Amino acid sequence: MKPFEKIKSIATPLDKVNVDTDQIVPKQFLKLIQRTGFGQYLFYDWRYEREGVQRKDFILNDPAYKNSKILLARDNFGCGSSREHAVWALDDYGFKVIISTSFADIFYNNCFKNGILPIRVSDDILQKLFSTKSEIEVNLEKQTIKIDNIPISFNIEPHWKKILLEGLDDIAMTLQHEEQITKYERSHKI
Amino acid sequence: MNITEKILARASGKSKVSPGDVVFVNVDKVMIHDVSGPGVIAVFEKLKKKGMKIDKLWDPERVWVAEDHFVPAADKISAQNIVSLTNFTKQFGIKRHFKYGMGQYGICHTLSHEEAMVLPGEVYVGGDSHTNTTGALGAFAAGLGHTDVAYVLLNGKIWFKVPETLFFKLNGKLPDHVMAKDLILKIIGDIGNDGAAYKTMQFGGTGISEMSVEGRLTLTNMTTEAGAKSGIVEPDQKLRDYLAAKGAIKYDEVHGDADAQYEKIYEYEGSEIEPTVAKPFSPENISVARDLSSIELDKAYIGSCTGAKLEDLRAAAKILKGRTVKIRTEVLPAAISIFRKAMEEGLLKIFLDAGVVVGPPTCGACCGAHMGVLAKDEICISTTNRNFPGRMGHIESQTYLASPLVAAASAITGKITDPRDLK
Repeated sequence: MKPFEKIKSIATPLDKVNVDTDQIVPKQFLKLIQRTGFGQYLFYDWRYEREGVQRKDFILNDPAYKNSKILLARDNFGCGSSREHAVWALDDYGFKVIISTSFADIFYNNCFKNGILPIRVSDDILQKLFSTKSEIEVNLEKQTIKIDNIPISFNIEPHWKKILLEGLDDIAMTLQHEEQITKYERSHKI
Repeated sequence: MNITEKILARASGKSKVSPGDVVFVNVDKVMIHDVSGPGVIAVFEKLKKKGMKIDKLWDPERVWVAEDHFVPAADKISAQNIVSLTNFTKQFGIKRHFKYGMGQYGICHTLSHEEAMVLPGEVYVGGDSHTNTTGALGAFAAGLGHTDVAYVLLNGKIWFKVPETLFFKLNGKLPDHVMAKDLILKIIGDIGNDGAAYKTMQFGGTGISEMSVEGRLTLTNMTTEAGAKSGIVEPDQKLRDYLAAKGAIKYDEVHGDADAQYEKIYEYEGSEIEPTVAKPFSPENISVARDLSSIELDKAYIGSCTGAKLEDLRAAAKILKGRTVKIRTEVLPAAISIFRKAMEEGLLKIFLDAGVVVGPPTCGACCGAHMGVLAKDEICISTTNRNFPGRMGHIESQTYLASPLVAAASAITGKITDPRDLK
């Protein structure tokens, strides 16, 4: 996996709570065995009326957000089934950062395994992000989200930061680094 | 330390751990099924492409495999996935593969207790979010994504951040017509869908001591719906007897210390719990069943790892005996061993006499995959665990979550019915 770099992009505001992994990738696509190409099924039932016909009122279908790399969502994003396909789909579609007030645990962990940065923020900050139309800059190194050049800091567990910054998704690499991760975590408790 | 902290300390070779510590634990058992299995195979393929050599697993004896989500094979692709899973178990020498159509098989979480695949004090991980279920056997049980499961399969260990524990104390027995399902729905309604996010939900108190192991399994099963990392109940004589009946007598129990710490203690009076239902589209959206008596239904579903254990089927049969269903109703025992006992006890005859269709064990319609999914605008009462939009079929269908007693009573009247009100 490539090391995580600064992301600057318009943010797609998905104004929904409790978005479960079955909304992210509906069950009918879980049978597919390949790991790539899930982007076309992302939010399938919300994006499409039927095969090939998009729903006009769904945010991802708004051309303004076509190349967005940042997804905003409300409370408890990624709840439900543990299917990692949900993260594969978000990644394949092009989202690299997801910002919400809270994430479901397994989904949150799965993000880091696939190079996606999930950021937890307060209600107020999320509201601010939902309200802006300008580009947002996410800097993991500095732990900041910049709106209109004003940086807002966010928290992240140190071992996750390290894994993303160094691109350590790979299982073998993780094993090799496990001692360092434990040590690092111990000395950087938040 | 509480039981969860002690299990994680022992498994990581430490004398003490505290919530927030990161520990690398040795895993005792790992499970994959016909969705997470192919997911893990995909991760292995990716690693092999990168040049990693994968020719053996850490310990095939500690790995077991279930076929549950898409069996009987829903279509050509799911049939192919079962073939891939079978090839995988052959290639890596995994002996415990519960195959559809070859004796015992069923929903993975149900097999974990029916076959005593996991024992008290163990660390158990599975490629499914409801892996939490098995914590009712006094084990640390948690679900993982595919990459993490692949890691465990290769290395036999995984890191966890030691979770805080919320303790739910049930004082006194649940009344007649009230089941563990009603209690867990009430708890989720109180703390919310993410009320236990990255925490352990532990259940105890006199009401839990009185509760059957199967009832406890219903509680831990739905800790997932409150966002919990795991759910757990301390081992007692009831659990020992339950496991002994399945031939499991040797294990190393773990109990919390007398001064165990919990982040918060919630108390519930058993006598105050009522038949409870979660309305669409979230398990936290609860109401007492009586307040929903005007809701007309299209279907009742008694199935899944949450609501199709033997005790669940007995409860449904108690209501359905000598009555006829008014809406289409399905009963799918959660494992073949339960199916067989239901047959031997005469429950299947009661179901068939009532007009109910009895199907094979499968996750099937619970996750909206196949075997009886819902059409647009259809309304179902179900003994399952989730009711997000489209969970059991069309995105505009609706699911109400309930106990087997409420589901069976509702099947008789065609409306949501408190079993106490059934004439």
